[in-house]
Amino acid sequence: MHELSVTESILNTVLESAATHSVSRILKIHLEVGELNGLEAEWIQYYFDVLSKDTMAAGAQIEVHRKPSEFTCHDCGEVFPLDLKSVSKVTCPTCDGKNCSLTGGSEFYIRDMEAV
Amino acid sequence: MPKVKLIRIREEILSENKNLADSIRADLSRRRTTLLNIMSSPGSGKTSLILRTIDLLSNSVSMAVIEADLDSTVDADKIAETGTEAIQIETGGFCHVNAAMLEKAAAKLDLDALDLVILENVGNLVCPAQADTGAHLNVVILSVPEGDDKPLKYPVIFKGVDAVVLNKIDYLQIAPFDRESFWEHVRALNPKAAHFEVSCTKGTGLESWVQWLKGRLQ
Ligand SMILES: Nc1nc2c(ncn2[C@@H]2O[C@H](COP(=O)(O)OP(=O)(O)OP(=O)(O)O)[C@@H](O)[C@H]2O)c(=O)[nH]1
Ligand SMILES: [Mg+2]
Ligand SMILES: [Zn+2]
Repeated sequence: MHELSVTESILNTVLESAATHSVSRILKIHLEVGELNGLEAEWIQYYFDVLSKDTMAAGAQIEVHRKPSEFTCHDCGEVFPLDLKSVSKVTCPTCDGKNCSLTGGSEFYIRDMEAV
Repeated sequence: MPKVKLIRIREEILSENKNLADSIRADLSRRRTTLLNIMSSPGSGKTSLILRTIDLLSNSVSMAVIEADLDSTVDADKIAETGTEAIQIETGGFCHVNAAMLEKAAAKLDLDALDLVILENVGNLVCPAQADTGAHLNVVILSVPEGDDKPLKYPVIFKGVDAVVLNKIDYLQIAPFDRESFWEHVRALNPKAAHFEVSCTKGTGLESWVQWLKGRLQ
């Protein structure tokens, strides 16, 4: 993964947002990341610490909220979690249907931040 | 102590890249040039498919290729031998092409004279999936020797594409590859993508691929 460019993007976004909300220090940043996006949280924090050094986001903590992958069955409407690493078939646990599609797990956004 | 404010952001990570990609896409559309982004693992057949596409379309479609092979001009040289213009992108060892790199490379092309620009992305099934390049069409190639389980292992790239090309079908006789379950997985991740089965070395299945592509030019 490309944690460095991802981290730069996060930093730019929170700094912009801070400027429009008249705060002076960013304390915590919450990300929502689907488990299918193999983002390494430790690297994000590591790069963030380096990149944010001389900004109002210095020392901010990044919290990654993982979203499980989820499929929806188009036959019966069931929404079910599925660990894609351990299955070889995508079938609905309720009706055994195969007409299912991925509806969650690829989220990749900055939810909010705590600042003073 | 000042009160902690919770500031709602709700913005995509990499939104800057996305915004630049959107503006590249719009600019290309104004010039009636279509950008096709081809992604796959190393060696699945990106260059081979591009060469076949040039062969079948260059009489009727004016095109150029942007190559992002890591620190090598081998692929760009192969394309240039066909007489089609090929530009080498400087990725500096990067794991994918982003919108800024694409913009820089595209500036070297006479875009108004082109109908189609093909980008050969860096060989990788993870990173290119997350960086919008500004392409109108995104395609992933999987080759038979890689195995039918790949869609479930790399779901993000399969979820985001307009077409999936299964290459090296000449290996189907000797490789254990369950085509039905492969396409079933692809459908589960991405019900809208077009499906093609080709062999770039034998020349099989390429006619329907180029027809699909031609139908999507602007
Ligand atoms: N048997 C068989 N071999 C193929 C086919 N298509 C490509 N190849 C071979 O697979 C190898 C890799 O093909 P390329 O087209 O260079 O793959 P690529 O994705 O561009 O590779 P990189 O740019 O290195 O990531 C070459 O030796 C090709 O001849 C095919 O349909 N069948
Ligand atoms: Mg190549
Ligand atoms: Zn069901």
